Amino acid sequence: MTTLELSQLRSQSEPRPPLAAFGNMVLNEARLAWRQPAGMIAGAGIALLLLIIFGEIPAFKQASSSLGGYSTFDVYIPILMGFSIAIIAFLYLPGPLVSYRELGILRRLSTTPVPAYWVLAAQIVVQACLMAVTLALIVTVSIVFFGISAPQNPAAMVLAIALCMAALFAIGLAIAALARTSGAARGLMAAALYPLMFFSGLYYPVQLMPAVIQDISDYTPLYAAVQAIGAAWVGQFPATRSLLVMAGYALVFGFLAKRFFRWE
Amino acid sequence: MQTPDTLAGEPGASGAPGSRAEAASTPAVEISHLRKTYGPVVAVDDVSFSVTEGEIFGILGPNGAGKTTTVECAIGLRSPDSGTIRLMGIDPQADKARIHEITGVQLQSGAFPAKLRVGEIIDTYRSFYRHPADAGELAGALGLADKRNSYYRSLSGGQQQRLSVVLALIGAPRIAVLDEMTTGLDPQARRAAWELIEHVRDRGTTVLLVTHFMEEAERLCDRVALIDSGRIVALDTPAGLATRAMGGKTVRFLPSAPFDANLLTSLPEVTAIEHDGHHIVVTGTGELATAVIVALHEAGVEARDVRIDASTLEDAFVRLTGRHLHEAGEGEPS
Repeated sequence: MTTLELSQLRSQSEPRPPLAAFGNMVLNEARLAWRQPAGMIAGAGIALLLLIIFGEIPAFKQASSSLGGYSTFDVYIPILMGFSIAIIAFLYLPGPLVSYRELGILRRLSTTPVPAYWVLAAQIVVQACLMAVTLALIVTVSIVFFGISAPQNPAAMVLAIALCMAALFAIGLAIAALARTSGAARGLMAAALYPLMFFSGLYYPVQLMPAVIQDISDYTPLYAAVQAIGAAWVGQFPATRSLLVMAGYALVFGFLAKRFFRWE
Repeated sequence: MQTPDTLAGEPGASGAPGSRAEAASTPAVEISHLRKTYGPVVAVDDVSFSVTEGEIFGILGPNGAGKTTTVECAIGLRSPDSGTIRLMGIDPQADKARIHEITGVQLQSGAFPAKLRVGEIIDTYRSFYRHPADAGELAGALGLADKRNSYYRSLSGGQQQRLSVVLALIGAPRIAVLDEMTTGLDPQARRAAWELIEHVRDRGTTVLLVTHFMEEAERLCDRVALIDSGRIVALDTPAGLATRAMGGKTVRFLPSAPFDANLLTSLPEVTAIEHDGHHIVVTGTGELATAVIVALHEAGVEARDVRIDASTLEDAFVRLTGRHLHEAGEGEPS
C-alpha cells in the first residue's frame, strides 16, 4: 500500500462492513433453521398441535366460573403462544450460540471487519420471524377454526409479545453466556424452561393452583406474558406489573449476558 | 542477522527478486519486544521482527514454541503483556476495525455450521469486505470450484483447510496471516496452496506464515524466524539459515591428478579443504561446485565422482535448538 492509499484509509471515518454482510448472515441462519427443522417443528408444530387437540375437546370449550367465565380453551391460547415463544427462544438460541463458540466461528468472525455479535443478531432476527409466523398461525387458527373473536387490542398484544420475546431472548443469551459447552447449555435451558412452563399454566391453569403458586407465577416472565397477551386479546391494556416483570427479566438477564458472554 | 544481499545469487527458493526488500519504506509488520504470558507460562518472550511489504515471512518452530501466540497478538486476537505491534503502522489493539480490514486470517482451529454450503460461506465472508477478491478464482486455485454446492460437513479435512485459506484471502488483504496453512493437505494440494500464496504475494500481499513444515518454509519464505520456547533463535533467509547451521555446503570429489591446494583455497567461495582418503572435501558457500569444477578444469584437472551436500533448514533447526521440528507431533495448538 502506498503512503497515499494509507492516508486515504486513515482519513475515512470508522470503516464499516457492508450492510449486505448482515443480510447474508441472516440468510445463512434462516437456511440453517430450514435445513435442521427440529427446533422449528418443536416451536411451531407442538403449540399448533396442542391448540387443535384442545380445540377438539368439547369440555375445554365450556365456559367455567373458576376461570373467570372463560373456557379452558380460551385460557390455553395465550399459554400456547407464550410456550411457542419460549421453545423457540430456548431451543434455538443458547445451543447453537454455544456451539458457534465451540466451533471457533465467533473467534473467526472477530478477525474480520464484521463484529462477532452480528451472527447473534442474525439469529435473533430469524427466530423473531419464526415466532411471529407461529403466533400468527395460532391466532388465525383460533379465529378461523374455533370461533374465537379476534384480539381486541392488537397494539397491546404486539407490545406484550415483544416484551416476552425480549425477556426470553435475554434469558437464552444469559444461558449461552454462562454455559461452557453446548451440552451444558441444553441442561441449563431445560432447567429454565420446565419451571417457566409450569408457572405459566401449561400443565394446569394457574388460576386453579394454590395461592402461593399463583404469587410466584405473577413474577415469572412467561406467566406475565400469558396474562398480558390474554388481557390484550379481550381488549384490556395489560397490567403494569406484567409488563414490568417482562421488562425486568429482559434488562437483568440482558445485562448478565452482556457482562459474561465469552466469544472464545 | 544476515541481510538478504549476502545471499544474492543463491538460487532463491521462491524465485522472487532480492531487491524487493529495499522497495518499501514502512514495514508491513513490525513487532518489537513482544511478551505474552499465560499465568506462569511465558509463551512469547521478547520477540522482535519486521516484515517488509510483499515479503513472505515464515515463523518456524516446534509445538508450543509461541508461534501461534505471536501471530494472534499481531492480529489483535490477544493483547500482549508488553511490546509494540504495528501492522501497516496501525496498532492492532488501538484500531481493531482497521486491522480487520487489512488483514486476512487463517486460524488453526475453526469450523463452520455443518449444513451451510461452501459457496454460501465464501459469499458471506466475501461480503464482509469492501474490496474483496474474486471468489471463483480463489476457490478454483484451491480446487474447491466444484464444491460450491456441497455442505461444509461433507468436506474432507483437507478441503475444510483449503476453504479456510480461501476465506483468509477473500478480502484481498494487505497482510495475510496463515497459521499452519498446509497441515493436513496432500502433496498436490499443498503445492497448489504454495502457488496461490506466491501469486497473492506477487500482487502485493504480505504473508506471515506460521509453519512447522520445513519444505514449505524453504520453498515459500523470503525470510524465516526460528522460534523456540518463546524466543527467536535465528532469523534469516532459509538458505542463509542452512548455510549458517552447517558452515556451508560441501563438494566431495576424486581428482584425476594431484593439484596445488591454493588453486581452490584462493577461490572466494571456498572456506576449507581437506582430504578424505583419495577424495577431496571442499567446504564453502555460493556456487561452490561450479567454482571448484571450473577452477580444476582450467588447471587441467578433472573432478570425478562428485557429490554435493547442502545443509537444509531442518539441519539448521536441529543445530540451533537441539531437537527436531516434528518431535512433539503434528497439528498442535501452540
